[in-house]
Amino acid sequence: MHKDKRFLEEKIIKGIMRFCALLLAGLLILIIVTITVKGLSALNISMLIKTAKGGFYLGGEGGILHAIIGSFCIAGGATCLAFFISTPIVLYINVYRKKNSKLAELIRFSFNVLWGIPSIVYGAFGFTCMLFLGLKASLLAGILVITLVELPILARGIDEVVQQVPIEITQAALCLGATTGETAWKVVIRQILPGIMTAILLAFGRGIGDAAAVLFTAGFSDYIPESLMQPVATLPLAIFFQLGTPFPAVQNRAYASAFILTLLVLSISITARFFSRKLSRHRIDRL
Amino acid sequence: MRGLRLFKNRIGTLLMKSLAFTVLLLLFVMGTGLFLRSQDLLAGKPISDLLFSSSWHPSTGEFGYLAFIFGTLAVTLCALLIAVPFSICTAVYLSEYAKKRTRDFFKSVIDILASIPSVIFGLWGVLIIVPLVKELGSIFSGASSTGYSMLSAAIVLSVMILPFIVHIVLEVLQAISLSLREAALAMGATYWQAIKYVVLRKALPGIIAACGLGLARAFGETMAVMMVAGNIAQISSSPFEPTYTLPALIANNYGEMFSIPLYDSALMFAAFILFSIILVFNIISWVILNRVKRRL
Repeated sequence: MHKDKRFLEEKIIKGIMRFCALLLAGLLILIIVTITVKGLSALNISMLIKTAKGGFYLGGEGGILHAIIGSFCIAGGATCLAFFISTPIVLYINVYRKKNSKLAELIRFSFNVLWGIPSIVYGAFGFTCMLFLGLKASLLAGILVITLVELPILARGIDEVVQQVPIEITQAALCLGATTGETAWKVVIRQILPGIMTAILLAFGRGIGDAAAVLFTAGFSDYIPESLMQPVATLPLAIFFQLGTPFPAVQNRAYASAFILTLLVLSISITARFFSRKLSRHRIDRL
Repeated sequence: MRGLRLFKNRIGTLLMKSLAFTVLLLLFVMGTGLFLRSQDLLAGKPISDLLFSSSWHPSTGEFGYLAFIFGTLAVTLCALLIAVPFSICTAVYLSEYAKKRTRDFFKSVIDILASIPSVIFGLWGVLIIVPLVKELGSIFSGASSTGYSMLSAAIVLSVMILPFIVHIVLEVLQAISLSLREAALAMGATYWQAIKYVVLRKALPGIIAACGLGLARAFGETMAVMMVAGNIAQISSSPFEPTYTLPALIANNYGEMFSIPLYDSALMFAAFILFSIILVFNIISWVILNRVKRRL
């Protein structure tokens, strides 16, 4: 009797847990299906190849090409910058320093904490810096702030793969007379190339989808930016502003824009996963 | 030749080292920057007046954050209340019961869910959750609600923080050694008893830390909450009433920041409050998580 009760409890609990897991997958499907159904019906080709004309937010002619290009500019620039800042740091704490040194722990810890800071705070901080430096809302300021947002994502991603490089590879390179710099930049980095690609794509996806940080810093405009100092529109903000209008026609465009954004982010995220599995040509697992 | 290589190495090391130390300073610089910007407001009023007053009238110079802090806390705690049991169940199922293939599949699901931008979650909330809450509101409270409410924000937010909590709890559970489970099973425990009495007890600090990180993430979430919360500053006990959160306050009013005196420094002070609360939760959670990982 007692035994039956135990197994009954197990069965019920297991059922609840399985239901939770399935519900999680169901939620993802529900979100994607909702956005796709709403977006596809409102999507047309002129939205993709035109920029916003006058009265666009009142239901006038035009498209969101400027926002798509603006998002790519910001996320692309920011990912480049963040890559050139985070890679040296990660290589420094892993190759130049002893394994698990105090400094490495401290830097990892601060990246973890930075990762948890929401983008609105980065936006506010970026805005403070802009006031201090006398910058106006522009593409440049947007890129700089998104760099800050992406930095911890990239650094954590790269750090994870660098830590998996066997110590023997570093030692072998050093034994052959390479300097630490040569070991880090010519040997170790080749080992982690696929991991770096994954981290870059994930950071890029985050950069494209971020709205709160660019709200203050990149401004908003109706055209494709021609220089670094011009304000620039981004896709998430375009969705937000279009949805905020009282006109159903414009709101429909917001659904279509959301569909485009979802498609972009999902394909980036799936490509990233592909890279992490396949592209490991230069990798040596064991010596 | 040799001298040049060593020289290059030395310069490179120096550059990388200074870059590493710059990043260490970043958190400090962010905190100080926001704090200095909010000095104008803090100089004029005692901090307790700001935090414990709920009258927000920028045009007459009254800045009381209480309603916004209440709104943020209410939305965050409700979201955690929904998300935490749900994500612990999911993580335990994936770690203890599911086969490796199922687990890998669900890991991809979690990663994809985490990569969806918050604007998309907000739009989804407007399309699905808001009408749903409107229906619920008319059934349960009787009064007509627009659906843009604290409950909608909490539901959308809970879906957003789910993948983060599941991910971290799963990591903690997977780090617990197999022999502990085997020992419990060998004593005649069922799987569930082994989980309940051994695994979960061992994972408890890690789970608490995961909740802390989820809380910090929910606290700072801006766009999605702003789109479904209704954005009316009030202290109300009904979940079907609209509410206003600190991040939404900052994001909604950046446009008119300079038209009213002290308004810009008031918004920066809101950012500073957010920053400090999130910083504290993050630091505590990561200290716990690092300690848990080292001990396992």
